[in-house]
Amino acid sequence: MTVFLQFLFSGLTVGAVYALVGLGFNIIYNATSIINLAQGEFVVIGGLVMWFFTQSVQLPFLPSLLLTLLTAGLIALLMERLTIKPLKKTDLLLMIMITVAVSILLRGLLMFKFGKEPYVYDPFTAGEPLQIHGAILQQQTLWIFGITLLCIVLIYLFFSRTLLGKAMRACAVNPTAAKLVGINVERMIMISFVLSAAMGALAGIAITPVSLMEYDKGPMLAVKGFSAAIMGGLGRGRGSVLGGFIIGILESMTAGYLHSGLKDAVALVIMLAVLFFKPAGLFGSKAMLQLRKF
Amino acid sequence: MSKGNRTAYAVFLVLIALFPLLFGKSSYTTSVALFAGINALVALGLSVLMGYAGQISLGQAGFYGIGAYVSALLSARYGVPVLLSLPAAMAVAAAAAVVLAIPALRLKGHYLAVATLGFGEIIHVVLNEWGPGGPSGFGDIPPLGILGYTLTSASAWFYFVWGIVAIVMLFSFNLIHSRNGRALRAIHDSETASNAMGVDVSALKVKVFVLSAVYAALAGGLYAHYVTFISPGSFSLFYSVLVLMMVVVGGINNLWGAVGGSLFITVLPEALRQFQEFDILAYGLILTLSLLFFRKGFVPLLIEKIRFRALRKSPRTAPSPPLGAEGAEAMGKGGRPDARD
Repeated sequence: MTVFLQFLFSGLTVGAVYALVGLGFNIIYNATSIINLAQGEFVVIGGLVMWFFTQSVQLPFLPSLLLTLLTAGLIALLMERLTIKPLKKTDLLLMIMITVAVSILLRGLLMFKFGKEPYVYDPFTAGEPLQIHGAILQQQTLWIFGITLLCIVLIYLFFSRTLLGKAMRACAVNPTAAKLVGINVERMIMISFVLSAAMGALAGIAITPVSLMEYDKGPMLAVKGFSAAIMGGLGRGRGSVLGGFIIGILESMTAGYLHSGLKDAVALVIMLAVLFFKPAGLFGSKAMLQLRKF
Repeated sequence: MSKGNRTAYAVFLVLIALFPLLFGKSSYTTSVALFAGINALVALGLSVLMGYAGQISLGQAGFYGIGAYVSALLSARYGVPVLLSLPAAMAVAAAAAVVLAIPALRLKGHYLAVATLGFGEIIHVVLNEWGPGGPSGFGDIPPLGILGYTLTSASAWFYFVWGIVAIVMLFSFNLIHSRNGRALRAIHDSETASNAMGVDVSALKVKVFVLSAVYAALAGGLYAHYVTFISPGSFSLFYSVLVLMMVVVGGINNLWGAVGGSLFITVLPEALRQFQEFDILAYGLILTLSLLFFRKGFVPLLIEKIRFRALRKSPRTAPSPPLGAEGAEAMGKGGRPDARD
């Protein structure tokens, strides 16, 4: 029981991060029908830049947090302005490749600045870990859950209650119609990139104290976040959160009960299975899938 | 092949033959060049798959790895002659490609990209876990022998590898100009329309996918028997992206682009050696910039330039650069396969 709980906790921790990455995918997808394959790099940016501000510049926690989110947002803004916007009306293949290209570029920049070694900093709050039935639950894990929950609620409120969020959704459904009713589609796309980058960075900031961060973690995080997103049905925020947790837990159980080297294969196999057998995701419908551009 | 391509092909053969004369006999240059040839094989497959059929794959490293591991294992562990283990490895890769392609090619765009990426990474994880030697790989792979003659020197390998590249190129050129090749380009433009015209879209897509996997497996096998030591590190996502880059930088709609691109991307790290670890940065920059500014790739650009010069030199024999094939090409149609000669 203790061991099982322990695996469950660690699964939930990484699951929360996958959920946040998946949410990030959805935000951009919902506004543009693009999958930003550089999404994982923003998680790494979050962890490493946070390290830079807290450890290297020695700023207090809150200013560091804000500056890190700002940095990630700015990079996403540059990415959108310089690469996505000029390509906007060209084909999908190019769009996929350019996000791959940007992800390599970001990885290169991160290595240039931070080198290849892993980074870590102190958890948000010091103190003894909790003990539940003998299993250890670190305080940082609670922070990660809290942040994930907060993000889910905020995103939900943003897209369902605010004018800006509704406008962004309109862009995804039909950009031309959105333009006709006076929505600035370009600005919505820009905002979606900044928002999803900030969310990725937040995940990185939260996870670094428990799992270390290094420059080349991005692609795996992106693949797992994407698995979470399609498991829940691409474009469905709550689905991707659930998907993230499912993948995290399965992964951690595989590592614990089967073999640690196979844990990365779990998410991939789940992803392929969902893609092949239920591409609409567990919570999406076939009809919705057919409505999509790609 | 068109006249231009035939000339280019002849020049290409002569260049291969003259390589030792042009660049000396240094085994370093020769081995860089032969690695470029190995990469060119993978790139040619991806070029047919992406540039002509319009299907993306981020999992070529998986097939490359299958080729390398299967052939190496068969020959090193079970004493199978390399001339048999190579085709066996290609067959295994083809089988894997069929299994992946049938469900995967129903997917489009992002879904297909990520599905192939996932496949490649699964192969990587499997090699890491169950490959002989695990993450650190294994050695003592027998070199290639043909009829009692064993390829040992770099220059013998050079001729062998580039000879295969030449054959594969000839095959690919014939393929893309065949009936099937035209059907492939039709799929690239519109699957629905191709279906309506009676093209068996899904069967053809699977075939091309298998073909690109076989090219990659062949390259992987050659790689394994040349370096005689392999480890999973060479078959990661990064390699898939690297091949993608070769195809894109060289020119996605042109088979010469795949060869040119693989030469460029293989030589680049050697040229950047003094900057050591920052090659990732350079790769990222080059890929991003070429996608933004040279979307057709450098080889088609070069071809256009050469043609233009030829036209200017003989104004009387070719009075007006016609608005025929070339004119339409020069107008450019974005990502369409227009450098089709």
